[in-house]
Amino acid sequence: MTIDLPVVFAVLMGVAVLAYVVLDGYDLGVGMLLPAASPREQNVMVSSIGPFWDANETWLVLGVGLLLVAFPSAHGIVLGALYLPVVVMLIGLMLRGVAFEFRVKAEGWHRELWNGLFWFGSFLASLAQGLMLGYYITGFAPGFGTFLFALVVAGGLCGGYVLLGATWLIIRTEGDLQRKAVGWTRWGLLWIALGVALVSIGTPLASETVRMKWFDFPRTLGLMLLPAASAAAWLWVWTLTGRMKRGETTSEWKPFAGAVAIYALAFLGLAYSVFPYVVLDRMTIWEAAAHPSALKVMLIGALIVLPFIIGYTVFAYRVFSGKASEKLYD
Amino acid sequence: MDASEALFLARTQFGLNIAFHILFPSITIALAWFLVFFRVQYALTRRPEWLATYRLWTKIFALSFAMGVVSGITMSFQFGTNWPGFMNKVGNIAGPLLAYEVLTAFFLEATFLGVMLFGMNRVPNWVHITSAVLVAAGTSLSAFWILALNSWMQTPVGHIVADGQLIAGDWLEVIFNPSFPYRMIHMMLASGLTATFLVAGLSAWRLLKAPGDAGAARTLRAGILVGAVLAPLQAWVGDRHGLNTLEHQPAKIAAIEAIWKTEKGVPLVLFAIPNEQARRNDYSIEIPKGASLILKHDPDAELKGLDAFAPDTAPVAPVFFSFRVMVGIGMAMIALAWFGLWATRGGRAPPRWLLWTFAGFTFSGWVAVEAGWLVTEIGRQPWLVTGVLRTADAAGGASGAQLGASLTGYILTYTLMLIAYMVVLTHMAGTGSAREDPRAALVAEAR
Repeated sequence: MTIDLPVVFAVLMGVAVLAYVVLDGYDLGVGMLLPAASPREQNVMVSSIGPFWDANETWLVLGVGLLLVAFPSAHGIVLGALYLPVVVMLIGLMLRGVAFEFRVKAEGWHRELWNGLFWFGSFLASLAQGLMLGYYITGFAPGFGTFLFALVVAGGLCGGYVLLGATWLIIRTEGDLQRKAVGWTRWGLLWIALGVALVSIGTPLASETVRMKWFDFPRTLGLMLLPAASAAAWLWVWTLTGRMKRGETTSEWKPFAGAVAIYALAFLGLAYSVFPYVVLDRMTIWEAAAHPSALKVMLIGALIVLPFIIGYTVFAYRVFSGKASEKLYD
Repeated sequence: MDASEALFLARTQFGLNIAFHILFPSITIALAWFLVFFRVQYALTRRPEWLATYRLWTKIFALSFAMGVVSGITMSFQFGTNWPGFMNKVGNIAGPLLAYEVLTAFFLEATFLGVMLFGMNRVPNWVHITSAVLVAAGTSLSAFWILALNSWMQTPVGHIVADGQLIAGDWLEVIFNPSFPYRMIHMMLASGLTATFLVAGLSAWRLLKAPGDAGAARTLRAGILVGAVLAPLQAWVGDRHGLNTLEHQPAKIAAIEAIWKTEKGVPLVLFAIPNEQARRNDYSIEIPKGASLILKHDPDAELKGLDAFAPDTAPVAPVFFSFRVMVGIGMAMIALAWFGLWATRGGRAPPRWLLWTFAGFTFSGWVAVEAGWLVTEIGRQPWLVTGVLRTADAAGGASGAQLGASLTGYILTYTLMLIAYMVVLTHMAGTGSAREDPRAALVAEAR
């Protein structure tokens, strides 16, 4: 039996991108929520993501790296078309990354400045990622309509990151801040519901390929499981946070799990819409793939190393489980 | 917008990014091992000044690491956007090497960095020390893969050509290509010296402000000792690296030494203004037969000049001057470290002017690293992959307007980051390790 290497790498790349979106998503979300909290709470929020953000961003390098090395011809097209949003995202990530380190060492108005840059960088990166996603799923169609559509997607993604960030804070904080996080979660939920609805209506309208894949009876009936499951996850988080608001005790990790489920399902829907294209309507994964010998040697490496990566990532999350404290370097 | 302008912008932008990026790995690769040393010293002695030292330098490390991460992410995007021809031609070799770097090194260092920075009171002692070792191993491993790729681009072997693309014939040959061992050791030592003079320089700065700081006195002494060993070692390794380059990239040596014509008994040019138009050196100060003696160990040996490789030669002046800057700093490092060793013999306190000199040398490693990088990267032009792919054939993709706009954004961001970085480092070192954490002594007492 031969393995279809391009499909394997498409799946690997998808997993890396999903891992990135969920992991860096929660820390970008926490960054965007920063202005809504008091200075003391801001310290707790930042220290809740402190041990993780470096590793979270590594998933972006892996995702883009896999695009570069497994689908080299697509890397040029995709990132060439997304050139400016990519630059905006990179500058956002840079500001945020260094602001994270600098704000700990700064005092007075310096700290305020780095806090501001931390928020701004998080927002800029999230917005740019949303724009990239929006352009990507339209196959980089030209025109102002595409830009508007991409802007809607960007708004939805920012909302989604806020949702992830807020549910992360429910796990990692307590007291007043946790109560605030419950409120933020519900705002995030409303926001993401609007975003996903607009994208679900907009994408089939914008792309014939996507429309054909989804509206093809009787397959459509089976496919409707996906939005149904998303709606169920959404309702679950809404109910859970409702209970938390009323002061009933419930597992603190459940809203985060629900938010991740919403992301995973939306991602699955997108992947289904685009597959087997790597550039919609233009280039399939087989056309874009690197030489089999290169793919093989990378697959061997990935299969050996990925279990270790997952293992020590789990270890790190266990070490830093529990509530975050105000002091980062304890 | 013509192609040469786009090529120029693509090179400027990529060169700027990579020149900015290399500043931080060149610190962290070796500083990570310093941290292991500080941490182990604290575990063995339980002295509070080692803990304070460790804590101060982990913060500096974290800052440098973050700068490296965010500027490194940029690189992974620009490989494709600025150099589509590179990935099309040699992607099947460059790709797996980069992928292995991400898989084996990036996740390892980034994940255990969290444990190392924030986990001291959360994990057992041995787990914490192991985390520090894994971070250091990760940064070194990362250097291994990226230098394997860079060296292969300089001296490509082990590949076969299939349908106009290169694929690996023998991966071990690709990785351990002829220039790799020399470049790897040269770069590791360069990082060692950069970190050493950073540690010594910032410690000297602290001692100028607070002469009684026991931690800073220790780290200055450690820096001087390590520098006194590494600096001469680097001179020797650099010489071996040069001989290896003569064997595999003779055109680069001709540019470094500004040898225009193939001759016997070639003089060593100490200083000159290379004249690209007239293809000769103006105002040169030379040692007769010196180059032949150094490079071939025979005063009358023949050396190939740039005329032997024309028109595929690098611009001489930048390579020639950068090389002299690099060697000059290296020599100054040897002199300073040895003098420092003598001045602090038997626990003597170093004189203030010596502390000022070390403080002045804080970022000298950076200048040498950048100069060396210019030598090796401009020196291989016009090739991107020697004999396989020309730089001009690899550019394309992004338009001039996009490159111009993003270049402006990058320059602004990098300037802001670099100024903030240097100010914060000097400030942190100035306020010092003693004030750093008043609980440190208590924690040490409690154990």
